[in-house]
Amino acid sequence: MRTIRFLLQKEFLQIFRDKGMLPIIFLMPLIQLIILGNAATYEIKNIDIYIVNKDRTPVSRRLEEDFLSTKYFTISGYSSQVSEAKKSMQEGDTDMILVIPRHFERDLKNKHFDKLDMLFNAENGNSAAVSQTYAQSIVQRFTRQWQRNHPSLTPVKPQKLINIDTVNWYNPELDYTSYMVPGILVILVTMIGMFLSGMNIVKEKEVGTIEQLNVTPIKRYQFIIGKLAPFWILGLGELAFGLFAAWIIFGIPMVGSLVLVFFVAAIYLLVVLGLGLFISTMTDTQQQAMFIAWFLMVVFILMGGLFTPIESMPVWAQKVTFFNPIAHFIEVMRRVLVKGAHISDIKNQIIVLGSFAIAIIALAVSRYKKVSA
Amino acid sequence: MNSFIGFVKKEFYHIIRDYRSLIILFGLPIIELILFGYAIRNELTSAKIGIYDQSNDHVTHEITDKILSSGYFQLYGYLHTTQQVDKAFRDGSVREVIVFGSKFSKKLGDGEHADVQLIADASDPNMSRMLVGYTTSILLNYEQSIQTPGKHQLLTVVPEIRMFYNPELKSVNLFVPGLIAVILMLVSALMTSITITREKEMGTMEILLVSPLKPIQIIVGKVLPYLVLSFVNVMMVLGMALYIFHVPFRGGFIMFISESMLFTITALSLGLFISTTSSSQQEAMMKALAGLLLPTIMLSGFIFPVTSMPKILQWFSVIIPARWFLVIIKGVMLRGVGIQYLWKETLILAVMAIVFLVISMKKFKTRLD
Repeated sequence: MRTIRFLLQKEFLQIFRDKGMLPIIFLMPLIQLIILGNAATYEIKNIDIYIVNKDRTPVSRRLEEDFLSTKYFTISGYSSQVSEAKKSMQEGDTDMILVIPRHFERDLKNKHFDKLDMLFNAENGNSAAVSQTYAQSIVQRFTRQWQRNHPSLTPVKPQKLINIDTVNWYNPELDYTSYMVPGILVILVTMIGMFLSGMNIVKEKEVGTIEQLNVTPIKRYQFIIGKLAPFWILGLGELAFGLFAAWIIFGIPMVGSLVLVFFVAAIYLLVVLGLGLFISTMTDTQQQAMFIAWFLMVVFILMGGLFTPIESMPVWAQKVTFFNPIAHFIEVMRRVLVKGAHISDIKNQIIVLGSFAIAIIALAVSRYKKVSA
Repeated sequence: MNSFIGFVKKEFYHIIRDYRSLIILFGLPIIELILFGYAIRNELTSAKIGIYDQSNDHVTHEITDKILSSGYFQLYGYLHTTQQVDKAFRDGSVREVIVFGSKFSKKLGDGEHADVQLIADASDPNMSRMLVGYTTSILLNYEQSIQTPGKHQLLTVVPEIRMFYNPELKSVNLFVPGLIAVILMLVSALMTSITITREKEMGTMEILLVSPLKPIQIIVGKVLPYLVLSFVNVMMVLGMALYIFHVPFRGGFIMFISESMLFTITALSLGLFISTTSSSQQEAMMKALAGLLLPTIMLSGFIFPVTSMPKILQWFSVIIPARWFLVIIKGVMLRGVGIQYLWKETLILAVMAIVFLVISMKKFKTRLD
């Protein structure tokens, strides 16, 4: 026990003496949280619309206004030539072109029917799809209004009506940050855990000080505990710090129990640290360790359901995500913090993470040898 | 000159002998591309829904069938109490619950309003918006289909929608340019900064500094192998994107190569800059990760559109080279435009490259403290 305490003391001293790393450990997560929390949104707020109005009647002007009065659309150009608009799109200044055809008003009055051309810059498929739904709903609203203002043109009242009432649970304002921030916290904790622990032992290897530790009477398990415990504590501290910052800055909901969050986080960090340890037993230089850790991080994040929902993936990919610890912890964070899940609601995740932790640490410990090759 | 060639050779050997790093260096882009091409989707495919049917008649069954056969939804099960609804949301079994009010078909027949409630799990706002949107349109379609045809025509304006440059809305088309930027950053900036700090940390920098090599030769020698590596990497990603994922390439190839080179030089100079300001590999790596890679992924418009961000972040994104590079690459690959449309972005990148290069050359110390 005394040995472990000394080892811990050594590690903490090393961490806190490194003046270059200290701000990185504590400031970087904060900055990332602020930036990512604000940047990570699929909401489309600013669609640059180019209006080509060939009609130029009061009705077509009203349609224009309907577009521009929403907060989503900003005008990037206006003319009566489609070719001008297309040029602007090619330059990248325009996201959407709305073409109001000639005789728009006349056709609406006489034929009750007309066509509108909407051209989208679909380089970003997701944005284009969202913009399209916005645009369509504006056109729908426009037609409804038009009908109401011209009762003589209104058709007979439909006799069969379905009344649709929509309720958005857990997040009635559809606020994106309360969805993203819990996930981002997971990434931050993972980064600290995996990179620092992964590079720590390799550093001793690379610099040569591992030999000195190997010849001491420190036992294998003592060495491992001494190496992992500091980062385990650091990771939990980081999570507490991050949660506090998220609560202050973004006011993210904390419906569920924080004790539960930390309980799962404690297990999750064991998985992450175990991975870091495993990486360090496989590599000789910090560069390699960092590369492998980075590689795993990227795959875990992309497959973790942070940015894109796991349900949207093909079935094979969904099965692969079962082995992704980040996916499980993100799920837990979201369910507990936003939805107020109880321990019984997330017992599967806890079991899975617990088994991962045991497996990976056992693997890493068995690979770690006190004899260098 | 001879000693310089020897030095470059040494650097190449360092890289090539480290097969583990090499595997990752080439494996990572391939895996990322495959993930983006096959696995990462934003579209709704089979969201789990629950049905809480309080009337249980032929109309509600018909609507349920319509919803389930649309391909967007997958039935988790029928729920019978509000407690069950609550539980199903909390343990993540369902994303949406459709509640049919009582006496549904009777009300519909009598000309009353029949009630449907859509409860969505809005903890994922994007998803819930899509779910509610799809369900509503299915319900409205059904409503339309059961109307007795009247004399009057419904007034309609039909939007004719055309998607330019990427008609199938494939996300891989957008991700390939972003991926190229990330790879160039990873290889050029991260690797360079780490190799130089490594020499510092190991103490071999001293040996290099007392050698007859000039500082500029040391820098160029360190950077050159990575320039070659990133070039090979980009070609590989581009090849895969074109031949496996059929991402369009509409612009000029020379334009693409020269712009990529320009961006690589910017990234290399950033890597140099980081290495001059850090003393350990860990420090350099964390700085490169936090200062270069994450902004490249998050703030450049790679995944999230820049215009949707708060104004402050939009201003901040101006100093991120990848933001301009992405505009250029997307322009060249997807829209097929040339330098006459992209000279502004190119100029910004060039200025950035020169500024960082000058700063890091100045800061590169030839003495140890």
